[in-house]
Amino acid sequence: MPHVMTPLAVTAHTATSALGRGLAAQLDALRGERSGLRPNDFSSAPLACWIGRVDGLEAAALPAAFAPWDCRNNRLAWLGLNQDGFLDRVHAARARYGANRVALLLGTSTASIGATEEAYRRLDADGGFPDDMLRPAIHTPHSLTAFVTAVLALEGPCLTVSTACSSSAKVFASAERMLRLGLIDAAVVGGVDTLCDSVLFGFNALELVSPEPCRPFDAARNGISIGEAAGFALLERIDIAPEAPRLLGYGESSDAHHMSTPHPQGLGAELALNDALARAGLDPAQVGYINLHGTASQKNDEVEAALVARAFPATTRASSTKGFTGHTLGAAGIVEAAVALQAIEHGLVPGNLGGDAPDPVCGAQFAWHNEQQRIDVALSNSFGFGGNNACLAFARAEFAA
Amino acid sequence: MSDLRVHVEGVGLWSPQLADFGALRSLLAGQTPEPPPARPTAATLPPNERRRAPASVLLAIEAAGQAVAMSGRDAATLACVFASSHGDQPITDYMCATLARAPAELSPIRFHNSVHNAAVGYWTIATGCHAPSTAVAAQAASFGAGLLEAVGQVLAEQRPVLLVCSDSAGSGPLTEITGCTQPFACALVLAPAAGTATLARLDLQLVPSQPDDALPGPLAGWRRGNPSASSLALLAMLAGNAGSCRLAAAPALGLQIAMEKVA
Repeated sequence: MPHVMTPLAVTAHTATSALGRGLAAQLDALRGERSGLRPNDFSSAPLACWIGRVDGLEAAALPAAFAPWDCRNNRLAWLGLNQDGFLDRVHAARARYGANRVALLLGTSTASIGATEEAYRRLDADGGFPDDMLRPAIHTPHSLTAFVTAVLALEGPCLTVSTACSSSAKVFASAERMLRLGLIDAAVVGGVDTLCDSVLFGFNALELVSPEPCRPFDAARNGISIGEAAGFALLERIDIAPEAPRLLGYGESSDAHHMSTPHPQGLGAELALNDALARAGLDPAQVGYINLHGTASQKNDEVEAALVARAFPATTRASSTKGFTGHTLGAAGIVEAAVALQAIEHGLVPGNLGGDAPDPVCGAQFAWHNEQQRIDVALSNSFGFGGNNACLAFARAEFAA
Repeated sequence: MSDLRVHVEGVGLWSPQLADFGALRSLLAGQTPEPPPARPTAATLPPNERRRAPASVLLAIEAAGQAVAMSGRDAATLACVFASSHGDQPITDYMCATLARAPAELSPIRFHNSVHNAAVGYWTIATGCHAPSTAVAAQAASFGAGLLEAVGQVLAEQRPVLLVCSDSAGSGPLTEITGCTQPFACALVLAPAAGTATLARLDLQLVPSQPDDALPGPLAGWRRGNPSASSLALLAMLAGNAGSCRLAAAPALGLQIAMEKVA
């Protein structure tokens, strides 16, 4: 078991998704139990499904200085960075610590593969990329992080984590280790994934996409709704911001079971949960809210609901917010971390939108509709293909485990 | 800040010219090693997985298996950091070409094999490893950035870590963009403390970035054909008795690495 870790301050954070731009839009939609999903209107041959699309990206070209980075994913990154005063907070951290003492660690599942798809749709007469797409920096998994490095002018450690749907949760763990070792004084973490044909047709080929808005933990759930999102957080030591909410712990594990199906008993998910609780020094009963991975796939929800039922008392509230945002894949970790932080800040347990006829495997922990209560500690689960699991633990500043 | 000290317990390597770390030593000693079979063996995978797995996975797992065997460690106990600049380029080429032509025909197996963490996923499944595993990228600096992530895990968690860095050769129109002309994979088992399996000690420092040092004569030009081959600066050093090298870890950050042989 890991040692209890020294908590870190989350001194700034932001999220942009189908719920809107920035935290206020997200909170407003959660409070109103209003989904951001819509019938699929993305791509030239839209599948019959629902998606969580961010409005306005098509008209939101990057500033001229960043034009070579232009693509849907980097547009969403730029939009996300410009919410909630986040850029100013990073600039302040860079000034305080020095550009080489701030790490940039971002998660993404597919980065800007949408741009590579477009290049293949428009190959020139010789079968090569068209001239305007001859931009190697956007046809690579590191595209997002390299772009954000340029925007933020950071010179510290810089890494893309791409472990499918756990990507932007795992970056919190990397940041904590680098801070603990004294390699850095602050880290920008987060992630961005955008709608693209690869994921829409890929998950469709796996028969994991619902023709309706997704219904996490519903007895009649029939698959995921894919969404897009950007989110970022700034992590620093707590002495610099004693009032800020805290990253209390994190857990990581591998299922060692199957590439695209979770372990049937939730072994990996439970290992990640236990790792996070141990690092945070928490008993399960101290957890007020869990934002579940809850994709609305048959297997994930069955396994995750059983884990919640056996590990937590009924006083711990739990829900998936994928019915609001869709499954934002590599961005899910950071978007749902933002939901967990809002649960703490606003005392809002968001209802599990779409779970109209709850699966009997779900215990009394599930919040099927919004609840208002003080939350001191909130967890966020993120599980990815390849059996890659992560769990994050956040707490309000005054909480003492 | 004090140096980051880790201990190397195993080294793996595969390219069309070099079957393993021993072949690299022999090349650097002026000999001509026997090239490996065209397809990496990846003996760690069970036969049915070996048939199903894409070439990029075989490549990474071949190097990983060599390094773990040399270390004598149980693979199930090792945290895993798998780095790759471009992921599986033949699958990216297949996916983009299929999506442009007939998107509904996309293969579900190739889609789930397209995730950047496919190789580490297959590895953890084959070895029964429940430890944390990650898949990372940092363009041309993927090896250095992956090494920094692995060293961070070794020292912060005081546990041994398997680092793998691999890139397959390009395929189709994408090759013009990535410039990857040949496959290359390497792997290291890194531990926090010296032990009976320790081969060498590494002391790392973060420094402002500088251009990577030139590679030894027989390896000149390898980096151009595959970003993962930037690791050869360190691997060639490990084939000798002592030395130091610089590797990029980020656009503005380098690693200064001093190596001393143990035993």
